[in-house]
Order: sequence, then structure tokens, then C-alpha cells
Amino acid sequence: MSSRVEILNDGGYRSDGRRQYELRDISIDLSPRGTADGSALITHGLTEVMVDVFGPKEAKSRGQSVHDRATVSVEVGIMPFSTGERRKRNRGDKRVLELAASIRQTFEPIIQTSLYPRSEISIFVHILQQDGGLLPASINATTLALLTAGIPLTDYVTAMTCGVHSTTSLLDLTILEENDLPHLTVASLPRTGKVTLVTMETRLHAERVTECLKIAGEAGKILHKEMKKAVEARTQKLAQAMEMAPKVAVVGGGSGGVGDVEMEDEMDT
Amino acid sequence: MPRPPSPSIPEKEFLFSSLKESLRLDGRQPLETRTPILTFGPDLGWVECAMGKTRVLAQVDAKMVKPPPERPLEGMITIHSEVSPMAGTEYEPGRPSDEEVNLTRMLDKVLRRSDAIDKESLCVLAGQRVWHLRLTIHCLSDSGNMLDCACLAGIVAFKHFRRPEVEVVGDEVIVHHPSERAPVPLSMHHTPFCFTFAYFPDTDTAPVIDPSYMEQRISAGLISIALNAQKELCVIQKAGGVPLSEEQVLAAIDIAVNKAVALDKLVTKRLEEDWKGRKVEVR
Repeated sequence: MSSRVEILNDGGYRSDGRRQYELRDISIDLSPRGTADGSALITHGLTEVMVDVFGPKEAKSRGQSVHDRATVSVEVGIMPFSTGERRKRNRGDKRVLELAASIRQTFEPIIQTSLYPRSEISIFVHILQQDGGLLPASINATTLALLTAGIPLTDYVTAMTCGVHSTTSLLDLTILEENDLPHLTVASLPRTGKVTLVTMETRLHAERVTECLKIAGEAGKILHKEMKKAVEARTQKLAQAMEMAPKVAVVGGGSGGVGDVEMEDEMDT
Repeated sequence: MPRPPSPSIPEKEFLFSSLKESLRLDGRQPLETRTPILTFGPDLGWVECAMGKTRVLAQVDAKMVKPPPERPLEGMITIHSEVSPMAGTEYEPGRPSDEEVNLTRMLDKVLRRSDAIDKESLCVLAGQRVWHLRLTIHCLSDSGNMLDCACLAGIVAFKHFRRPEVEVVGDEVIVHHPSERAPVPLSMHHTPFCFTFAYFPDTDTAPVIDPSYMEQRISAGLISIALNAQKELCVIQKAGGVPLSEEQVLAAIDIAVNKAVALDKLVTKRLEEDWKGRKVEVR
């Protein structure tokens, strides 16, 4: 494998000017979009993924519903304009199906599906731009979208790629680096530090994996902080908006009406 | 799509409680694989691999094609995998299920993308003629852990296969019939083997390697590790399922490393035995 780009130069900088363990810029947008119950847009550098969550709702077909828990369905759409060469991937593409299956299997044990028997939670992943780290970005965005939809999760799921260049490990690979280096994608639960998803596709010596797992886990914790900040900021806004609401009602309906008591009752349940 | 019937509650409970005591229905230890039985067919590159009642048939054939313009110096490898409805009640023709997608993708990763076969050695005449290897995998019966069985069958089929000797004179390619010149084996960089571990919802229960059908069905998560006898990991695949700690993942890798060495020996031995009893060259 001959690489045309210099992965790590003598000064310890990568092709895009980052250090070894430096992550790319992350931006998170949790504003609601359309009719989705929850949606999130996350960017890791130039990789951009949007996720919409619908549900829990009645299962589309009766055959899909399970009597004691909700089913999770994931559909991934890779936009044809997301890569350099404009190529349309059809929905039956095995790579896309595998991506969808990995996301579904990652979230099935994390979502508290037993709270919603006979229902369905649909997750739609749209990949708008790809520059490496497709699966991690999709997983992070899905976590956020599920949170904004108010679906109870046991923990955040944060994912990151870690590559190995000769003996040094690099975090958060771009597509250039991903093509040249063996890399590991790790999705971890920051609270327990356990990993739910590990994938690797290229040859790597067994001894290097330990380090990779550890570093990717650390990166997951950093991501967790960022994601938590975004979610808290959003919730704060919502809380403020809710505080405003009763005041308006009081002004409109006079002092201490029956309606207010009913409102509080509703809030308690 | 009809869901496969799930095991009944007593069946599940029985299995869980026995697994908790490290007992498996087929009498194996938790970290004991079924010994694969390799049967070689009349043709080179025809292998049937059986692990218990799981049976997979792999066949390799080669033909000469014109390479695509973007890769004029490399041969081509395609893998066709097919799970016939015969393999088990949950498989049916039509849109592939998640399991089948996973099987195809893993086979592709383990056998093709891990660079097990030197593709450049399959080039006969640059830009004009290369060998196109086609591996067809038929899953005949599923009694758990079809993935490992299919990977093993595939890699052994590649090792068993020999392509006809060719000679290039100027622009002309002469393919020699096996009766004239002995066919040559494929040049391989390494031999990856795949190992699957099943984890159970109860975290106290020890994981099992090479799960049987029932164990796979009641498991809460699988991790598949493909590696060669030189301790190089080729593929790790744990897509969701029960969360594991780092140590558990590394422990699984450690076990797989040891198993790979043993399996490599077994495969080499079986191939040698078969080669001794085979008469390919006519002199």
C-alpha cells in the first residue's frame, strides 16, 4: 500500500494540521426539523450527518410489532452529493445495509424498549457529507436525536475512530487517513466505560488494539461532554419556554382559576 | 417477513441456567470449538466444511478476463454467498435478512479485503488478461455459527485451489492444461480465520466460543474476530449487543489468537493429507 499523502509529518502534524490525538471541530444542532419527534445534525470536521427520529409510534405493520418491547428500525440514506465522485448508492447496497444494521444493533440494547410494547421507533440517518468516520458520526447523531425525541436511554453512546500509523495512534480520521491506515471504530458508553460496538476492517497486530481501545474510549468521554452540553442547552431553552407558558395563562384567565390546578395535575403525572 | 420462532421460555431458562454453570448442551467447554471436518471434493478448490451440523460448501473457479481500466495490474476476486432456504427455517429467498447481509459483508472483509490473496500475482498480461477468481459459498445447513464455518470453508478453498499454469509469449497467452504442466497454487499473504463469541444477557455467565444454534439465538451479543496465526487481527466485528468492558474484548482476542494457531495447524495438516492422495499431474 503506497500512500501519496504524508500521514504524520516530522513535526507531528497530520495532513489537515491536527495533532495526533486532536479531534476535528464538532458542531451540534438540535433544532427541530419538520415533523420528526427528534432530530440532530452533527458535524465532525467535514463529515455531516443528520438524523431524524420518529416514534415511539404504532408499528407500521402488525407483523413487525413485538408484544413486550418496541422495535427499532434504521434506514440510512447516503446522499449522492456527499462524496467527491457523485455516485448513487441504491438502498440494497450491502455497505449501506450493514451501516444501518450496526446502528440498529448498537441502539437496541441502549434504548429502554420495554417501556413501549408493540410500538416502533424509526431512525432515519441522512449522510450529507462524508469525510471519514461515517459510522461514528451516525452513532453520535443518533444518540442526540433519540435524546431530543425524549426516548429514554440507559446511557449516551459515543463513537470514535482510532487509526494506527506505524506505532503511533491517531484519533478521528479523515477519509484520506482512513484509506491508508488500519483503524478501529469504537462506540462506548461513557458512564460505565463499556464498549458496545467495535469494528475493524484492516490488518493490525493484536498488541496495538489495546492502546486503540483505550484512546478511543477517552475520546468518547470528551465527546460525551460536548454532547451533554448541547443537550443541556436545549433543555434549558425548553424549560424557559415552559416557565413562560403558565404566566401567559394567568394573565389571560385571571387569578387562580380551576384551569391552573388541572395544569399542575397534568405536570405531575 | 415472518420472524423465526423464538425458543420457548422453559427452553431459554434451561439453557441460561446450564450456561451459568458452564455446561453446554453438546458437552463442550465454554471455550472449546467444534472440530471442523474438511472434506475435499474431486476438483481443486472444492471444500466442504462441517462444524457439528453446520455445513458450508465452498468452491473456487478461475477464468481469464480483461481487467478494469482503473486496476490493470490486479486480478479480481468475487465472492458469492448464498444461504439457501434449506439451511434453516428462518431463511427464505428474496430480500436478504440482516444475518445474511452480515454474512456476506464479513466474508468480503475476511477473505477479500484482508489481502489474503496476492491480487497482483493473478495478473497475466498487464491491462489485457488477469485471473478472475470466483468463490461461491453455499450454506447447506445452519446449526449455529455459520459465519466461522463459511470463512473457514472459503479460505481453505482458496488454499486448496490451483490455477492452470500460463505462459506469455509476446502478446499471446498460453494456458496449459493440467495434464501438460502442473497447476500452481495461489500466492497468499496470510490465512485469516474467524472466531465468534457469544455473550449472554446475564453478565455472570461466561461467554462461549463457536455458539451452537440455540446459544446463538438466546445470546445478547456476538463478537467476531478474524485473525491469522501471526497474531494479526484482520476484522473485529461487534455490532451492538450487550456492552462489554475493554478487558472482555481483549480477553476474547487473546483466546482467538490461541485458537487461530491451532486451527492453522489443522488446516495445513488436512491440506497436506489431501494433496498426498491426489493425482493432479499426469506424467
